[in-house]
Amino acid sequence: MTDVLNAIVLITNFVLVPGFTYGSQLALGALGITMIYSVLRFSNFAHGEMMSFGAMITILITWWMQSHGISFGVLPTALLALPFGILATIILVLTADKMVFKYYRSIKAPPVTLLIVSMGLMFFLGGLIRFIIGPNDQRFFDGERFIIKARSFKQMTGLNEGLAIKTTQGITVVLAVAMVAFVFWFLTYTRTGKSMRAYSNNEDLALLSGINPERVVLVTWVITAVLITLAGTLYGLDKSYKPFTYLSLLLPIFASAIVGGIGSPIGAILGGFVIAFSELFVTFAYKRVLGYLLPEQMEPDGLMQLLSTDYKIALSFVILVLVLIIRPTGIAGGKTL
Amino acid sequence: MSSRMRIFSVFFVMAALLVIVGMYQSWNVAFSILNLCVISSIMALGVNVQWGYAGLVNFGVMGFVAVGGLAGVIVSMPPVEAAWAAGGVQLMGGFAVMGLVILAATIFWKKTAHLKNTPRKRYLGMAGIIILGYALYRFIADPAIDAIEAVEPAMTGYLGGLGLPILFSWIVGAIAAGLIAMLIGRIALGLRSDYLAIATLGISEIIIYVIKNEDWMARGVKNVNGLPRPVPYELDLQKEAWVNSLADSMNYSVINTSSLIVKISYLMLFVAVLIGLFILAEKALRSPWGRMMRAIRDNEVAAEAMGKDVKSRHLQIFIIGSAVLGLAGAMLTTLDGQFTPASYQPLRYTFLIWVMVIVGGSGNNYGSIIGGFIIWFFWIEAEPLGLWLIEFLTSGMSADSALKAHLLESAAHTRLMTMGLIMMLVLRFAPKGLIPEAKR
Repeated sequence: MTDVLNAIVLITNFVLVPGFTYGSQLALGALGITMIYSVLRFSNFAHGEMMSFGAMITILITWWMQSHGISFGVLPTALLALPFGILATIILVLTADKMVFKYYRSIKAPPVTLLIVSMGLMFFLGGLIRFIIGPNDQRFFDGERFIIKARSFKQMTGLNEGLAIKTTQGITVVLAVAMVAFVFWFLTYTRTGKSMRAYSNNEDLALLSGINPERVVLVTWVITAVLITLAGTLYGLDKSYKPFTYLSLLLPIFASAIVGGIGSPIGAILGGFVIAFSELFVTFAYKRVLGYLLPEQMEPDGLMQLLSTDYKIALSFVILVLVLIIRPTGIAGGKTL
Repeated sequence: MSSRMRIFSVFFVMAALLVIVGMYQSWNVAFSILNLCVISSIMALGVNVQWGYAGLVNFGVMGFVAVGGLAGVIVSMPPVEAAWAAGGVQLMGGFAVMGLVILAATIFWKKTAHLKNTPRKRYLGMAGIIILGYALYRFIADPAIDAIEAVEPAMTGYLGGLGLPILFSWIVGAIAAGLIAMLIGRIALGLRSDYLAIATLGISEIIIYVIKNEDWMARGVKNVNGLPRPVPYELDLQKEAWVNSLADSMNYSVINTSSLIVKISYLMLFVAVLIGLFILAEKALRSPWGRMMRAIRDNEVAAEAMGKDVKSRHLQIFIIGSAVLGLAGAMLTTLDGQFTPASYQPLRYTFLIWVMVIVGGSGNNYGSIIGGFIIWFFWIEAEPLGLWLIEFLTSGMSADSALKAHLLESAAHTRLMTMGLIMMLVLRFAPKGLIPEAKR
C-alpha cells in the first residue's frame, strides 16, 4: 500500500503539480490567442512579445517596490505590481491596435496580411523589451518559496517520496482559475460579452443589430491584455524571466489554442492542459514508479522514458502538427467565442 | 520613376553603402557582409517563389536551411571508421526496421479500408503497429547510438560524412530539403494560410530539435568544425609569391590580402549561383507556368474551375522554394566552415528572411534580391549605427550617468526594433515593397 502511495506522490510531484501550473500558464496565453483570433480574425504572432512586455513592466515595478521596502508578506511582491503591468499592457496593445492593426481592419485585409504585420510588431516589441531590460535572465521572486516542502511532507506522511508545491505554482493555478472564471462569466452574462460573441459568430449580422465593432475590438484587446500579462508574469515568476523564452513560448501557446480548437475559449483551456500534460507524461522517467509498483525482480534497468527530455518542447509541436493534420478544428471544434 | 530606373537606383544605393563600409570600416568587413547578403538574397528568392508566386506562407525557412547545412556536414566530412565499426551497421538496421514498420502501417491502413464504419479497431491496430515498431526500433538503435556517441566524444562521436567535395553538398542540400518539403507539403498544404504558417513553424522547430539531439548525425550541439573548403586557405595563400607582390602593390598587409582573396573567391561562387537561380526564376515567372501560378494565387477557386490542379501546383512550388532554401543553407555552412545547430533561431532564419521578401517586394525577384541585400546590410550595420546614434544622443549626458551606460549597453538591440519598424512601415505605406511586382 505504501508502495502505491509512494508511486502516486512521485507522479503528483513530478507530473501533476508542474502540469497544472504549466497548463494554466498555457491556457491563459491560449485564451488570449483565441480571443484575438475570433474577434479580430488573425493569428497574432506578437502575442509572445506582448506577454513578455507585460511581465517586464511588472518586473520593473516590482524592483521599484522592493527598493522602497514595499512587500506583500509571504506572497511575492510581483502580485502588487501586477495591476500596473496590466495597465501598461492595456495601453500598449491599444496603441498597437490604433497605430498598426486598425488600418488593415478598415481596408478588410486578408488574415495573412495581418499575420505578417503582427510579425513586424513582434520584431519591434522584441527589440524594445531587450532595449529596456536586456536579454538576460531576471529574478524578481520574493516571499515564501514553498507552500509544502518535500521534507516536511515526508515527515508528515512517513512516505519515501516527498511532495513539494511552490508558492508560484499555487498562485498560478488560483489566479488562472479566477481569471478564466471571470472571462467565462463576462462572455456569457454581460451585454458586452454577448455582443463580442455575436460579433465573432457573424460579423455582418452583429453590425446590423447595432453592435459597435470598435467597442468590441477595444474590449477584446483589454481582456487579452489582462490575460497575457497574467500569463507572462506567472510564467516568469514560476520559471524565470528571459525575453528569449517568450518567443519560444509562442508555439506551445498556438499549439494549445489550435489543439483545443482555435476560437473556442473552452478549447483553449483544454488545449493548454493537453499540451502541458502530454509534455510531462511522455518525457517522465517511469523507472522509480515502476520500481514501487512491480515486484522486485521485474524492476526495469533503463529510465523507462518514452522520449528523452530533450524533446520535451518539440513534443508540443508534434501534437500541434498531428492535430492540424487529423482534426484541424481541434478538440472543441471551435470557430466562434 | 519607371521600374527599371527604380531597380537601378536601389542597386546603386546598395553598392554605394557597401563601398562606404569598405572605405570607413574595412574591405574585409564589406566583403563578409556582401557574402552573406548574397546568401540571404538566395534565401529570400526561395521564400519569394513560395509566397510571391503562389501565396504559400512558409514559416519553416529555418528548418530547410538547417537541412541544407546538415548536408554540408554529411557530404564533406570524412567518415569516422571507428564509429561505423562500433554501431553504424546496427543503426542502419534500426532504420531498416523503422522503414518496414512504416510500410507495414501503410499496408495495414489500406487493407483495413473496409473497417471505415468501425474505426476504433482500425485506430487500435494502427497504434499497436506503431508502438510495437517504435519499441523495436529503440531496442535496436539505442545501443548502436550509444556506441557511436562513445567513440572519442570530444573529437567525433558521430558517423562522419562521405568525404566528398563540399560543393557537392549544395546539390545534396537542395535535394534533401526538397524531399522533406515534399513530405511536409503532402500533409500540411491542405491547411488554411495561417495554419500553414504555424504548422511549418512547428515543423522547422522539430527539425532543429532532431538535429540538436541526435548526436550521431552531426554531433548535435557539440557542433562540427573545420569543414573542408572549396577555396584555398589563408595560410597557404600567404606563402604564395603572387599574393605577396599583390599585397605590396596595394599597400595592404599580406594577412588582409589573403583573407580578401578568400572572401572574393567565395563571393564568385555565390554570385554564380545567385545569377543562375535568378535567371531560372525569371524564366519561370514569365512562362505559362508562372502565369498559372499567379492565377492560382490571385483566385484559387477560379483557377480550379479552369481545370488547374491547385493542390499539386502548390506542392510543386513548395518543393522548389524549399530546395532553394536548402541550397542556401548548404552555402551558408560552406562559408562558415562549421555547422552549429544551436545557432538556428527562427528570428534570424525565418522571420528575418520574411522581412527581406516583404521589404524588397513580394512577387518580384529583383525585389527579393535587393531585400536580401538591404536587410542583411542593416541587420549587421544597425549595431554600429545604433551605437553611434546613441553616443550622439547621449553626448550631452555626464559620463558616469547610469542611464547613458544602460543605453550604450542596449544599443545592439536597436536592430530588432529597426527591423520591426521598417517592416511595419513598408507594409503600411508601400505594401508592394521597394520594387513592386511588375504588372503583366
